[in-house]
Amino acid sequence: MAPVGLQHFLILSAILFFIGAFGVLFRRNLLVILMSIELMLNAVNLSFLAFARYSVGNVDGHVAAFFVMALAAAEAGIGLAILVMLFRNRATVQADDLTLMRD
Amino acid sequence: MATSWVDYAIIGGKAIFIWGFALTLLPVLIWFERKGAAFIQDRAGPNRAAVFGIRLAGFIHNIADVVKLLMKEMMIPPMVNRAYFMIAPVIGFTFILTAFAVIPWADRLVIGARDIPMQVADLNAGILYILAITSLNVYGIVLAGWSSNNKFALMGGLRSTAQMISYEIPLGLSLVGIFMVFQSAQLNEIVRGQGDLLFGFLPKWGVFVQPLGALLFIVAAFAETNRNPFDLPEGESEIVAGYHVEYSGMRFALFYMGEYVAIVLSSAMITTLFFGGWQVPYFPTEKLVANADTWLKVMLSVGGVGALAFAALMFKFSHHVRGRFGDLREQEGNILGLMHVVIGGAMLFFFWKTLSMGPMPEWGARTVAAVAQITSFAIKTIFWCWVFIWVRWSLPRFRYDQLMRLGWKQMIPLSFVNIFVTALVLLLVWR
Amino acid sequence: MQAILFYLLATLAVAGGLLMVGLRNPLSCAFSLILSLVSLAALFAMLHAEFVFILQVLVYAGAIMVLVIFTIMLLNLRKEELEEAPVGWMRGIFTAVACATAAFGAIRIFGDIPPGSAELAADFGSMEAVGRSMLTDFIYPFEVISLILLVAIVGVVLLAKKVI
Repeated sequence: MAPVGLQHFLILSAILFFIGAFGVLFRRNLLVILMSIELMLNAVNLSFLAFARYSVGNVDGHVAAFFVMALAAAEAGIGLAILVMLFRNRATVQADDLTLMRD
Repeated sequence: MATSWVDYAIIGGKAIFIWGFALTLLPVLIWFERKGAAFIQDRAGPNRAAVFGIRLAGFIHNIADVVKLLMKEMMIPPMVNRAYFMIAPVIGFTFILTAFAVIPWADRLVIGARDIPMQVADLNAGILYILAITSLNVYGIVLAGWSSNNKFALMGGLRSTAQMISYEIPLGLSLVGIFMVFQSAQLNEIVRGQGDLLFGFLPKWGVFVQPLGALLFIVAAFAETNRNPFDLPEGESEIVAGYHVEYSGMRFALFYMGEYVAIVLSSAMITTLFFGGWQVPYFPTEKLVANADTWLKVMLSVGGVGALAFAALMFKFSHHVRGRFGDLREQEGNILGLMHVVIGGAMLFFFWKTLSMGPMPEWGARTVAAVAQITSFAIKTIFWCWVFIWVRWSLPRFRYDQLMRLGWKQMIPLSFVNIFVTALVLLLVWR
Repeated sequence: MQAILFYLLATLAVAGGLLMVGLRNPLSCAFSLILSLVSLAALFAMLHAEFVFILQVLVYAGAIMVLVIFTIMLLNLRKEELEEAPVGWMRGIFTAVACATAAFGAIRIFGDIPPGSAELAADFGSMEAVGRSMLTDFIYPFEVISLILLVAIVGVVLLAKKVI
């Protein structure tokens, strides 16, 4: 088996990213959509760190991962607050039931 | 980097040592709790459980507790989510044990060509690892509360979770001052930095350079371990024991032990960061190694004399209860006294041998220094465990809104003030 | 040894991700995601990113997911009832793997990856290195991130209040 190199991490990152994208596109529970977004952000973090280790050589990738994490925290907080408000008004977290702007 | 089996054996030995320390302190703490509570409340405390008449002043109650909890029926209430119900106590107990991996109990031991750090893992951001583990510990509680299918448990679980995540913030912020003063996040470096002298006569302990930070950290540590005065989520008179109300038998025992392990961890953290850790006051490692033979003589003589004094006390106790009980209880003092006479005698014998000994080899001096440092660490940690118990039985508990207000509106601004003032002082005075 | 560890952790991460998009109980999805996040944290540690590893456990698995789980419990969300059949499992996995391979192939063929050296700086990935880089080269994004977090905090408190 070849020693673990950049391509291993990149393939793993791509697989995780597309699993997350699958979740965002095909699940209708808003919480699961939010969590799939978090998974996509994590896949991107893995990619950043793999490049920092194997290709670039300095810690710029780590700083980028730090910023991605901070942004993910902010976005998760606001997303959940919106979800809670939505639940209070509509009593549902299914994306299918939010059709007000459609009709 | 080739790691031989010797390296793995060393790491395994260190892990066994620190886990042994934490888990051995557990029955001692439970005994402290009961006897300490009795002492503070001016009563005798449990002293009935006995093994053939030996009571050991209530220590046997730990064994009785273990037997009781093992024998009790481990009932699972109906309509609960079984997977989460069963895994919650496991999370509550095991995660907090892994946090002991970064606690240093002595300075780096240099034996021959090997430089062994006296902690299981010398992480670069050691303190942050402990903060991460305490964040993960929340899951045990939240799972226990949710999966119990019981409104009280759910409320207790949610309240406890909210309390723990709220107090993680002052816990972390009060550490920023320590980072700034000691210029490192590695726990061993922080403890080593506490060996210098401040103003010439005070040891540079964290509590002297960061008094406000120490206070905030200690209060936040009380809140993190769900310990009085912050134990509303598990108070028996408030919420019927909160999140572990549906657990019985060994599952409850795991929660109970997990709480005491958290107390030991918090005490170890407080001593490591703020009270010098393994540092013997006024004796940094080099001075200890240089005076190692004096230290060996002092430790052996003090240990021997102390053991003999304890034996004399035991014999006096035995004399005092002679003829009162008529069973093996009368001999308890004699047995303990004899044991300590043997121990004291052995220590004094070795002391007499060291008087005629030549100069110590290098590894001997370093081992003596390490033993002195381990003793110092153990004494300080046990003292802080006693403070946890002392506070529990002295203060009433906070109401939930008072608790949250204290955490968010009073401790967080205070920790910001602490960071600001520390930065100012470092910039202007300590240049 | 490193390869075994990598494959084990990668399997755990992918399994956590698949369980998350597959299970119907939102709490189980959350715990699968936590499994995935912790395996990813271990992978970060393998990449010599010690600081980011601890941050991942502390922030992501320890704070963000607690928030998500809190919300699930607060809203008392149970297993979701599906009226129609979900998108086929096999179709989803096949699509994901196909897209992943396509993306990876595109990067390898068209991308320009500098080879990098085997030697790393002694303090690569440590808190000091990341902090130094962040406060010198990336000071502007750092300040902007703190503003974003402030706006997020104020926004969340306002949005979730019942009475303004």
